[in-house]
Amino acid sequence: MAWQRKILRVDLTKGTCTAEPLNMDWAQDYLGQRGLATKYFCEEVDPKVDPLAPENKLIYATGPLTGTMASTGARFSVITKGPLTGAIACSNSGGYFGAELRFAGWDMIILEGKSPIPVYLHIENDKARLLPADEIWGKSTWDTEAILKKKHHDPLTRVSSVGRAGESQVMFAAIVNDLHRAAGRSGVGAVMGSKNLKAVAVRGTVGVGNLRDPKGFMQATVAAKKVLADNAVTGQGLPKFGTQVLMNVINEMGALPTRNHRDVKFEDANRIGAEAMHEKRPTDGRANLVTNQACFGCTIACGRISKIDETHFSVVNKPEYWGASGGLEYEAAWALGAATGVGDLEALTYANFLCNEDGIDPISFGATVGAAMELYDLGLIKESDVGFPLLFGSAEVLTKLTEMTVNGVGFGKEIGLGSKRLCAKHGRPELSMSVKGQEFPAYDSRGIQGMGLAYATSNRGACHLRGYTVASEVLGIPVKTDPLVTEGKAGLVKAFQDATAVFDSSGLCVFTSFAWTLADVQPQLQAACEGDWSMEKLELVGERIWNLERQFNNAAGFTHKDDNLPQRLLSEAVKEGPAKGLVNGLDKMLPEYYALRGWSKEGVPTLETTQRLGLSA
Amino acid sequence: MTSPQTVRLALKLYASLADFLPLEARKNNRLPLELPLGTTVGQVIAQHNLPLKMCHLVLVNGVFIPPQERAGWTLSDDDELAIWPPVAGG
Ligand code: SF4
Repeated sequence: MAWQRKILRVDLTKGTCTAEPLNMDWAQDYLGQRGLATKYFCEEVDPKVDPLAPENKLIYATGPLTGTMASTGARFSVITKGPLTGAIACSNSGGYFGAELRFAGWDMIILEGKSPIPVYLHIENDKARLLPADEIWGKSTWDTEAILKKKHHDPLTRVSSVGRAGESQVMFAAIVNDLHRAAGRSGVGAVMGSKNLKAVAVRGTVGVGNLRDPKGFMQATVAAKKVLADNAVTGQGLPKFGTQVLMNVINEMGALPTRNHRDVKFEDANRIGAEAMHEKRPTDGRANLVTNQACFGCTIACGRISKIDETHFSVVNKPEYWGASGGLEYEAAWALGAATGVGDLEALTYANFLCNEDGIDPISFGATVGAAMELYDLGLIKESDVGFPLLFGSAEVLTKLTEMTVNGVGFGKEIGLGSKRLCAKHGRPELSMSVKGQEFPAYDSRGIQGMGLAYATSNRGACHLRGYTVASEVLGIPVKTDPLVTEGKAGLVKAFQDATAVFDSSGLCVFTSFAWTLADVQPQLQAACEGDWSMEKLELVGERIWNLERQFNNAAGFTHKDDNLPQRLLSEAVKEGPAKGLVNGLDKMLPEYYALRGWSKEGVPTLETTQRLGLSA
Repeated sequence: MTSPQTVRLALKLYASLADFLPLEARKNNRLPLELPLGTTVGQVIAQHNLPLKMCHLVLVNGVFIPPQERAGWTLSDDDELAIWPPVAGG
């Protein structure tokens, strides 16, 4: 049990909503959420599909522990083929939406085709219908949520929607739920917009009660919560400082990509990190950070809620932005800040509000602005192209470009292409700091070598959340390894990738892995789910999911040549700090990684590997 | 001028360890120090009463110093000694 055993198939072309039984054989092989939805996706969608064509599908998927009493059981994923990358896309979000979808009795929603008119999907327990989106098309995600709650006379309706960026198919458009939680990466919002689907609004009162062993589950979740509470990171560090605590750590290490990876240290890092968010402002005597916030059922509560200084230039005439809202997480603060050279915390918070309000991925957006600033610096983008000089470090430029990108006006349309297309257009494709078209997050892989391999082999393009070796190389979780060497990193990356695939398929948040290992997750899954969920099985499931995603990408046309890094990271040595003189040693790690994975030299899973994992060759 | 008998360096304390800094140093998380030549990382930690359990991530000029090396790690002029309690992000 644990699964609701029911999926909702929505044919947007025909306007139909149909309930189907969940394929329980597949659930035993792929668990749920990321893994199970990827299985459905690979079975149903041609890997060569144009991501923005009606033939692409978009799957909302929960895990068997989503909506249960397990800590962090809030998570759901959106699976599709990403327009930014052309690879499998899987974007994970928290908040309250995923749990509500399960309370309504569903494991998954498969959205296919394209609606002839803008619509939204309304779900109330087993009743699901498509309704015209007249009142919400053209509106932000914030307005959409407010309008739908009012329209359906239910403040507990949970809404996941695209803003204007998704409607206009910005290549890194996100899908936002609960105001500031997002399925953020790879342009999943553009796929939703391409289908004329504005939002999914759900209200569920059925609950999740079908656990295999309720008493055992209660015991397992209580024990696991104690581990989180007793751990200094998940019990104290994350609630108080959030992910933003990393800003100064990574900067001190000389691994904070700055100004489009030209530098590895940002002189203003201390003005935009966690400590700065706690600092009282001279203007109003208040701190940027108002409080922390938890997703459904989470006992960590790492989320940031912030309030912008009302006298700051970005909002002085915009009282609508004076309230408290989703504040900066580390990746967003890095991309909007260090990647562009902007050290103004209030400007970054405003830009982040806009990213949430109209649904764009702040990582890809900020990194693309950084790339555009470098192109301007090199004289390849002119002031006349933009309307103002694109200077590194200008908070005014950052806030203006954010407004232009979410509204799809002027040069904002070019930023909306993402850095790969933008840099190619201006004749310098190598200046896009991306892998498979997706921009890097906040770690320079010359100073944290394992991350270079993690980025190069990530199935959804450059990403930290597919194999977060930073935990080991920087933070010492579970054991400290040397960030400057390549030895041992192939095995480390594989282990992180496979374990993360299990977390992402369970309904739990990967941040628990700062305190939990799979051995803490296993008893919770075993008590909740029928079947064998031993450690051996979980390890196999994680590896199977990783290989299935890889097979999809290979069939979509990716090859080992795409497991690569931009030339800058492979040939321009770091100028200062511990990594001085180093480039990333991808060539030393990749062959070992392929061998450990059981892949050919061309990066294709061998017959032996596919047979061992029960995958079709 | 640094006298030949002393070293000048900076102690940087972050996250909840910032509470161990004097008020004026908290804004930048940075306290300049002049210490006798030969002072070790372990001695600075002890002098500032930093609980050992909270000295999780100890970096000198960005390089991690493992717990067993802290007592013997001698600090030099212009060193930046940065310390965090157990933290993580993503
Ligand atoms: S740890 Fe943070 S992101 Fe994860 S579920 Fe909890 S509040 Fe949400």
